[in-house]
Amino acid sequence: MQKDVARTGKVKKQKKTDKQGLLMFLSISPFLILCFLFSYYPLQGWIYAFYDYRSPLKLSQCEFVGLKWFRTLFANKAQVSQLLQVMENTFAMSLLGIATSVLPVGFAVFLNEIKNKKFKNIVQTLTTLPNFISWVLVYSVAFSLFSYTGMFNTVLQHLGLISEPLKILDSDAHTYLKMLLWSTWKGLGWGAIMYLAAIAGIDQELYEAARVDGANRFQLMRHITMPALIPTYIVLLMLSVANFLNNSMDQYYVFQNSFNREHIQVLDLYVYNIGMTGNSISLATAISMLKSIVSVTLLVLVNFISKKTRGESII
Amino acid sequence: MKGKKHKQTKKQTRADITFHIINYTIFASLTILCVYPFYYLIINTISSNTLSANGVINFLPRGIHLENYKQVLQLKGLPLAAGISLARTVLGTVCTVFASAYLGFMFTQDKMWGRRIWYRFMIITMYFNAGIIPVFLTMKALHLTNNFWVYVIPVIVQPFNIILVKTYVESIPRSLQEAAQIDGAGFFRIFYKIILPTCTPILATVAIFAAVAQWNSFQDTLIYVTDQKLYSLQYLLYTYINQANSLAMMVKNSAGTGLNIASLATTQTATSIRMTVSVVVVLPILFVYPLFQRFFVKGIMIGSVKG
Repeated sequence: MQKDVARTGKVKKQKKTDKQGLLMFLSISPFLILCFLFSYYPLQGWIYAFYDYRSPLKLSQCEFVGLKWFRTLFANKAQVSQLLQVMENTFAMSLLGIATSVLPVGFAVFLNEIKNKKFKNIVQTLTTLPNFISWVLVYSVAFSLFSYTGMFNTVLQHLGLISEPLKILDSDAHTYLKMLLWSTWKGLGWGAIMYLAAIAGIDQELYEAARVDGANRFQLMRHITMPALIPTYIVLLMLSVANFLNNSMDQYYVFQNSFNREHIQVLDLYVYNIGMTGNSISLATAISMLKSIVSVTLLVLVNFISKKTRGESII
Repeated sequence: MKGKKHKQTKKQTRADITFHIINYTIFASLTILCVYPFYYLIINTISSNTLSANGVINFLPRGIHLENYKQVLQLKGLPLAAGISLARTVLGTVCTVFASAYLGFMFTQDKMWGRRIWYRFMIITMYFNAGIIPVFLTMKALHLTNNFWVYVIPVIVQPFNIILVKTYVESIPRSLQEAAQIDGAGFFRIFYKIILPTCTPILATVAIFAAVAQWNSFQDTLIYVTDQKLYSLQYLLYTYINQANSLAMMVKNSAGTGLNIASLATTQTATSIRMTVSVVVVLPILFVYPLFQRFFVKGIMIGSVKG
């Protein structure tokens, strides 16, 4: 009898939690729908890659062309050379980004050597600032400083170093380098924050002990500070490898003009240019579809390597 | 013993001093490099426009006036764009913060039906993207193109922010929630009375990230909006820069001197307007930024725990 009561009590409680659990689910369901609409539903748009889609028409009115666009990518000579150039740009920018990913580490390590707290704070605050302005503003700044009457040209002319204003923005010379410099300007201070946080977590006694043993400044950096930063560095490095094809187009879009188009078009920008302005919707979809597949494969691969070598996944 | 040690650390070798001088110099120059462009913009907008156009204003303002700002505020489209940017920043931030807080909290509740699956369902969206065109077509199908809500609705659910909040909620002692539960509080009440107040630091981080992203966003206007009434401030600035660009090009190509002078004058206003609008766009960030800096340092540390 008592057992029965206990059981029905339990069942009741179970039912109550079930009901509550369902209620909880219902309360988050609007967000699930949003997530589905903006992240999953667009995937069905990949079907456009198999049609010859013309903008105002309905998909059913367009011709099904199968793998035509994918074949064009690799068969049409002009298309192939253009795509190769775009891939070269994408690889160059990504590789340069990865190659300079040690800069924030150096920034953090050397900033840590500054003992004046006030100075350190000011440096940290002000160098992080460019990260919080948009690429449009960065471009506006660039335009102001490097146009013909901008500070850069006028100062050099005053000093007599050049007689004619230099073309900085409207030329295709050293495009990769310029883009790298701008992204470094914007991101260096911000990139260092995570490493500074890691440094703040290092046990100060380690330094004390090493100093007693007669280690000098550079030995402390080399043997205590740097090893503490390696795990963070590796995670970020792996993420940037996984994001190799995703340069995001903001920076390149604002800096692009008819002079530098050849070398500034990275994959994301290229897809935008041909899809949104050139109206080759189907071709653009085909390219971004390939891109997504390669990206996800890269991510899974990098994650697998991370699991094997570090015993930890990055996603 | 202790005194001796202090002496030892205080005594600096010549190499130490050289190191510090170099180190301080490098960081001082890096800082100047980050700040000077903003300073340059500001001094040029308040200096005489002719001097500014000749490129003489590089270090100190000369012939100070505020005419540029008066002119810019009368520009057609600018107050509206500022209103749009402000509205999307406020609305977008409020929605994102609420959604991140609520979802972050809910995903810690074991009772929830299908908790693990739904959590994965959301988080995994960080790692794939259908691409710009399919997303555009989706927005179009949902009637979100040329619609103010395209700035707000698609960014409400942000997986990264949900992870941040969830990690934070998990670090709060469970007993707090259990005590409230025994007192008969429902889950929404717990969220409202306990989770929201204790999560303030992480929610501040989420808020600042969301607000900056909203204020700075320009790609969504570029892709989804053609109606000039819905332009955001950033996009308007972009169109101004491009106008200045083409005007400068015209000056370069035109041969007649009379025409040259006339269009040169327009170029100047274009330049000064461009710079002034830039300052107007960047000022809110410059003001708000130092207040919130400590929050996102904390936030990024919590985020890095997850990696």
